[in-house]
Amino acid sequence: MYSPENIRKYFPILDSEVNQHKLVYLDNAATTQKHQSVIDTVSQFYEKENSNIHRGVHYLSQLSTNKFEQTRESVKNFINAQHTHEVIFTKGTTDSINLLAFSYSKILKKGDEVIVSEMEHHSNLVPWQMCCDYSQATLKVIPITNSGELDMSFFKKELSKKTKLVALTHISNSLGTINPIEKIIELTHQTDAKILIDGAQAAAHAKLDVQKLDVDFYCFSAHKLYGPTGVGVLYGKEKLLNMLPPYQGGGEMIKDVSIHKTTYAELPHKFEAGTPNIAGVIAFKKAIDFIEEIGVENMKEHEDILLNYATLKLEEIPNLSIIGTAPKKSGIISFVVSGIHHYDLGLILDKLGVAIRTGHHCTQPVMKKMNVSGTSRISFACYNTKTELDYTVDCIKKAIKMLS
Amino acid sequence: MQDSIENIGEEIVDEFNMFENWIDKYDYLIDLGKSLPKIDEKYKVEDNIITGCQSQVWLHAKQEDNKVVFIADSDAIMTKGIIAMLIRVLSGQKAEKIINTNLDFINKIGLNEQLSQTRANGLNSMIKQMKIYALAFKDK
Ligand SMILES: Cc1ncc(COP(=O)(O)O)c(C=O)c1O
Repeated sequence: MYSPENIRKYFPILDSEVNQHKLVYLDNAATTQKHQSVIDTVSQFYEKENSNIHRGVHYLSQLSTNKFEQTRESVKNFINAQHTHEVIFTKGTTDSINLLAFSYSKILKKGDEVIVSEMEHHSNLVPWQMCCDYSQATLKVIPITNSGELDMSFFKKELSKKTKLVALTHISNSLGTINPIEKIIELTHQTDAKILIDGAQAAAHAKLDVQKLDVDFYCFSAHKLYGPTGVGVLYGKEKLLNMLPPYQGGGEMIKDVSIHKTTYAELPHKFEAGTPNIAGVIAFKKAIDFIEEIGVENMKEHEDILLNYATLKLEEIPNLSIIGTAPKKSGIISFVVSGIHHYDLGLILDKLGVAIRTGHHCTQPVMKKMNVSGTSRISFACYNTKTELDYTVDCIKKAIKMLS
Repeated sequence: MQDSIENIGEEIVDEFNMFENWIDKYDYLIDLGKSLPKIDEKYKVEDNIITGCQSQVWLHAKQEDNKVVFIADSDAIMTKGIIAMLIRVLSGQKAEKIINTNLDFINKIGLNEQLSQTRANGLNSMIKQMKIYALAFKDK
């Protein structure tokens, strides 16, 4: 039996009080809380294991190198990649996308096209604007519909021989929409184009199989998966990663350096210049172990129940409208209340111990399209409960009353 | 005679001290926000927007009888409440006074503690912009 109460025992922060109220944490799309084993592993690393990786002959360096590489193996299994060296560690989703956008900016030419969508997080938009600026390629943007779905007919029309890369989000962080990425990948591959899926909002909420999806690149952040901040993943097919030029130069990513010429290391090191977040990567394995122990499908099922429950309860509140009403949604609800500013609502909920996100959620084009200056957003994780949602809905009503 | 900035500030502190809990303080701020007179749409332009606030804030100033008069608005009601307080203290004062005043009262009502760093930054940019207006008028 799935029990969020049991799961909560492993998340110490969920016991805290905020403004004399028990914390209700509903900002999971921004970052999730950390499992006890993740926290313990970080401190144990610095207490007992700290040393740099891939460089030393000594005991500690071997130990941390082994553990670091064990996480890579875990990630490989978690997303079902074919090879371990297809998993590149980065600082996070943003870093993964910047890596790819930099490398692509070196191979794209004038006349080439990159396709993104109107619902992208700025992290999957701005790097491509920069990439197209540098390479003189053209950026095409798939519009979204009123319910917050991709306009698929536009996408089909724009896909062409000129398309070199499609970069789309798996799940929208401001609307909750789950995009039909299987179909999108299939359509993309009917041309010669490659595809990157931004999985920041999906990795903790959807079962992943990059081989079955046949996706070319996929990225996500550990901190949205109950893991540490400052750790991310870029998955790429071996052949493509080998073809791309490296991003940053430095230690670790080289095979041989003379003062004029350097040859690059093999994958994955080619893309991992410098000392990474070693403690974070090692602790990330614990987060993956936790997700696999509970089962991402079970988590999703629970979050879907919360999503439906909260949607119904919110819809009962007069003057409240949910922004993002796609039939397939993840555990994210954005809403506005007419006549009430999201900032005021957020301030009062905070005083009542409820952590939500307000603003544009790094998706200003979405706000513009939906004709709002911002929204209030609640987002769920595996440890949230119906009781928390009941309390939150009461608090929202109370806040609306104060502000009306 | 116009009350001094310090006196009005103290008055506001006294008013806030009447309330024991945050709900009443917030209610009071909301009421202040509602009492702020509507401003003419012509002031709600890009040039008057203060950056660094989480909500939109427009601030405009003019000089009347050697005094600086502020006109401001926000789309969020609590922010309007804070603006209303600042206007009550600073609007109608001499430029010189506005530039040199220290706004102790803000610390005394505990508003800064109520506000997170990002929100406090917004408040500070608001005050800074008011002082910049005053400076511009002083040199005229
Ligand atoms: C869809 C999406 N893409 C990218 C990001 C950026 O992730 P990070 O800040 O971890 O790099 C986020 C985070 O909010 C996101 O939701």
